[in-house]
Amino acid sequence: MSELTFSTDTLASVIAILPEILMVILAVAVLTLDMVWGKHQRAAVGYLAGGGLLAIAAIVWLFGGLQQAEALPDQLLLGGMVRHDALAHIFRVMVIAAGGFASLMAMDVPKVRARGDFHALLIVSVIGGSLVSAAADLIMVFLALETLSITLYVLAGYLRDDDKSTEAGLKYFLFGAFASAFSLYGLSLLYGLTGQTNIYKLGQILSSGTLNDPPIVLAMLLVALGFAFKISAVPFHFWTPDVYEGAPTPVTSLLSTASKAASVALFLRFMLAVFPPRELLGAVTGATRDYSVLWVELAAVMAALSMTLGNILALVQTNIKRLLAYSTIAHAGYILMGIAAISTNKSGDGAAAVTFYLFMYVLSNALAFAVVILFANATGSEEIRDMAGMSRRSPWLALAMTLALLSLAGIPPAAGFVGKFLIFRATVDASLEWLAIIGVLNVIVALYYYLVVVKVMYMEMPSSEEPVTVSVPYRWVLALTSAGVLLFGTVLVTPLLNWAMDAAHALYVVLL
Amino acid sequence: MEDISLVTVVFMLPLVGFVLMLIFARNDDAYRWGALVTSLVTFGVSLLLVRHFDTSIAGLQMVQKADWITADGFTIRYYVGIDGISVWLVLLTTFIMPLAILISFRAIQERVPLYYMFMLIMEWAMLGVFVAQDLFLFYVFWEITLVPMYFLIGIWGAEQRIYAAVKFFLYTMAGSLLMLLAILWLGNQAGTFSVPDILAMLKSGELSFSTGTERLLFLAFAIAFAIKVPMWPLHSWLPDAHVQAPTAGSVILAGVLLKMGTYGFVRFNLPLFPEATKTFAPYFAALAVIGIIYGAWVSYGQKDMKKLVAYSSISHLGFVMLGIFSLNPAGIQGGILQMVNHGISTGGLFMIVGVLYERRHTKLMKAFGGIWKAMPLYSGVALVIVLSSMGLPGLNGFVGEFTILLGSAGSHAISWWFTAFAAVGVILAAVYMLYMFNTVFMGALDKEENKNLPDLRWHEIYALIPVLVMVFVIGVQASYFFNLMDGSVAQLVEHVNGVMSAAMR
Repeated sequence: MSELTFSTDTLASVIAILPEILMVILAVAVLTLDMVWGKHQRAAVGYLAGGGLLAIAAIVWLFGGLQQAEALPDQLLLGGMVRHDALAHIFRVMVIAAGGFASLMAMDVPKVRARGDFHALLIVSVIGGSLVSAAADLIMVFLALETLSITLYVLAGYLRDDDKSTEAGLKYFLFGAFASAFSLYGLSLLYGLTGQTNIYKLGQILSSGTLNDPPIVLAMLLVALGFAFKISAVPFHFWTPDVYEGAPTPVTSLLSTASKAASVALFLRFMLAVFPPRELLGAVTGATRDYSVLWVELAAVMAALSMTLGNILALVQTNIKRLLAYSTIAHAGYILMGIAAISTNKSGDGAAAVTFYLFMYVLSNALAFAVVILFANATGSEEIRDMAGMSRRSPWLALAMTLALLSLAGIPPAAGFVGKFLIFRATVDASLEWLAIIGVLNVIVALYYYLVVVKVMYMEMPSSEEPVTVSVPYRWVLALTSAGVLLFGTVLVTPLLNWAMDAAHALYVVLL
Repeated sequence: MEDISLVTVVFMLPLVGFVLMLIFARNDDAYRWGALVTSLVTFGVSLLLVRHFDTSIAGLQMVQKADWITADGFTIRYYVGIDGISVWLVLLTTFIMPLAILISFRAIQERVPLYYMFMLIMEWAMLGVFVAQDLFLFYVFWEITLVPMYFLIGIWGAEQRIYAAVKFFLYTMAGSLLMLLAILWLGNQAGTFSVPDILAMLKSGELSFSTGTERLLFLAFAIAFAIKVPMWPLHSWLPDAHVQAPTAGSVILAGVLLKMGTYGFVRFNLPLFPEATKTFAPYFAALAVIGIIYGAWVSYGQKDMKKLVAYSSISHLGFVMLGIFSLNPAGIQGGILQMVNHGISTGGLFMIVGVLYERRHTKLMKAFGGIWKAMPLYSGVALVIVLSSMGLPGLNGFVGEFTILLGSAGSHAISWWFTAFAAVGVILAAVYMLYMFNTVFMGALDKEENKNLPDLRWHEIYALIPVLVMVFVIGVQASYFFNLMDGSVAQLVEHVNGVMSAAMR
């Protein structure tokens, strides 16, 4: 178990938020060029935004390597606002890359493609998500979460002429504001009880056992509600299908990948820091109270509900975006299952499994949504039945979609299989066999509706033989994500898993 | 890095062919011939496995290991090798695949490239199942086999193909997920997923289960395998899948895929959970015998030839299961040989049915009659295969079934009653097989549309000749096949019985 210290080192502080600094510059550049460039050049802002984000993701990846060389130790920086650790690294890579994919995808969506403000908003949203992954202070938690959310409300309702998109934006905003208010209330309770805002200090005070239980439990429930809303776990999922369907598809992709990944990172970090299992702090600070049992059980119950409800409702969907929306709810369930496995095994397997799972999930979902946009552009419809015979029209695209769906279903050799394997392994290891069995049954249900899509693409006749056109930005998205899904499921499992393990170990720290 | 083992070469060849075709093949014929050449080369190289096989080694040979996924607490390895049990299944796979590809040359005219791609992926995955010695690796290939088969049935199948394909996928996947949980549990306990290591730990007492746990683990594995075999009453996916699949799909399904289930019992259930095996042996033997009689009974009632052959598979695989759960060398050796025999004979029967279906587009027996007069060469071949399937002495089926009955009669694990009932199955097999032969091939050639049916074409002859050759070779030279498996089977039986007697003491 490692120890954590505060640091005021300027260089370290700058490096800790370097991704965000770079993204701010990128957003300003996008807005400026949007004004300077003429109508025809303006379409290229997507390249700038998407390419820029992917480049920043690559930089963060490389710095992750540097950190392991102990050039930059794991510290709390900027007055404890952010923590610079492996967990922040790996989730930032996911969030920023997901943003890059969404930006590139937006280049082929009418009414969005050449709008600098759209791309700039998207980048700001990613900045929020990136900070969420690193936040270590209540204030930072809330600010980052709101930066992520408010921009997403706007993005979801970006197509003002489109009723569904407007509805999606408004719905997401109303529900989101409620959820934010609840978690803000929870956060304020925590501050009021302890006078602290740093999550690691909070954890020490709360576990010392000097405070009354009821307000702490209430605060935990309120904060958890906010997080559950963000990752669309049952029973806070009801906004998901409508918003996913109505929002412009690149935004849907962002919602289901970046926003979810960042929120899971926060869930992991926040819960383990503020309500740590006793074994974590016991040796050092003589902790007596252990609230972790409660949130672990909460996660287990929500996991079972989300998986089951998400998968069963997905069965009857006819719209591909709604299907993927319910599948996200189910995936939130699998992720919570991994989270529920955290406390009982101290090796960090659960957290590592969750991290790995999200990494593959981000890639698979981005891949799926990219293909959905292409199909929708070609057929003018987002209904599953209109994807009929896609394998004849565009064999490679159909193959890419199949890969994404197999990955989401957890069939080898796609990365999703390894992700599921790790999650189930952690769950069985944590003696949550009942949850693992529910999970396994759900995998079968899920397989059915993923197979339906594959069936429509491969076994039905197309209405036209014309190939679907794939523009250059899409080629990049498709190539990168499918390569990722394949490679992280086969030869590159170990490096990614080790990185996820580092991230998991970073969660188990003691503040000195 | 150690030298690359021959097993790895055989196992990876279909994948190499797949990649080469992906890069170079430009038209349908290139895919056809590319797949055929790949599978033939794979078969040729796999013959070297037998040549280099050392019968004095009971354990694994030609092993190759490399770390695949390493993390705190567990290691997953690329760990392949063969022993006397798997070598014949590897060979069966490489033998059946070129035939299945050849028989598709004319039958498959739609989306040809995709078809042959799936065939090679299929071969690769099936070989993976038979050579994998790491539970994780095994499971990966076990699952991968579902994907190409799903497409083979779903795209190139008959009218109800989509229903059959989805049922096949979901049914078998449902069983295997429980096995996945059992694998995870086992791996967590042992800290490794490699089967030989786990076996060594069990032997040294480093790892042990309570009786209840062992039984649960046994059942989790057994259900996955029993669905694949399929054992009665988990067989209902099989007739659908077989009837709807294209000919080559049925050949692969019956020839190889079903053996993954019986192989799983021999490879995992018996050695890993010997005590539970002994406890459950009478129950599984009972299910096997029910399967034998049920399969035969239902076969007799069929009007559709392909359905008849499909149900006969349930009956034949019942024999294999009975042999395995006899838990003595004769039973298990007979079981393994019968896996190979069934692959050859039933694969052959499906090809026979496919030949008629291609010409007349029906599989109903009453649409035919007197075919011998129209297609004499074809009918002669069909007769041999039918006789081999019903176990005529001198042909392959007889040796397998006889050895199994010998084994089960002398078994300490199960009662001799099972043998008596299973013997009834042998008679029933003769009944439904001869009934089919009689209806289709004998009698008067009274249907106008049957009179000008063309006899076997060259690619069909080339696909059927190897089947005939093997029918006779195994029939008269079975001892050669038994020789190779002797050591491994003896070791397995000794292991199972050793633990049994240790437990009884």
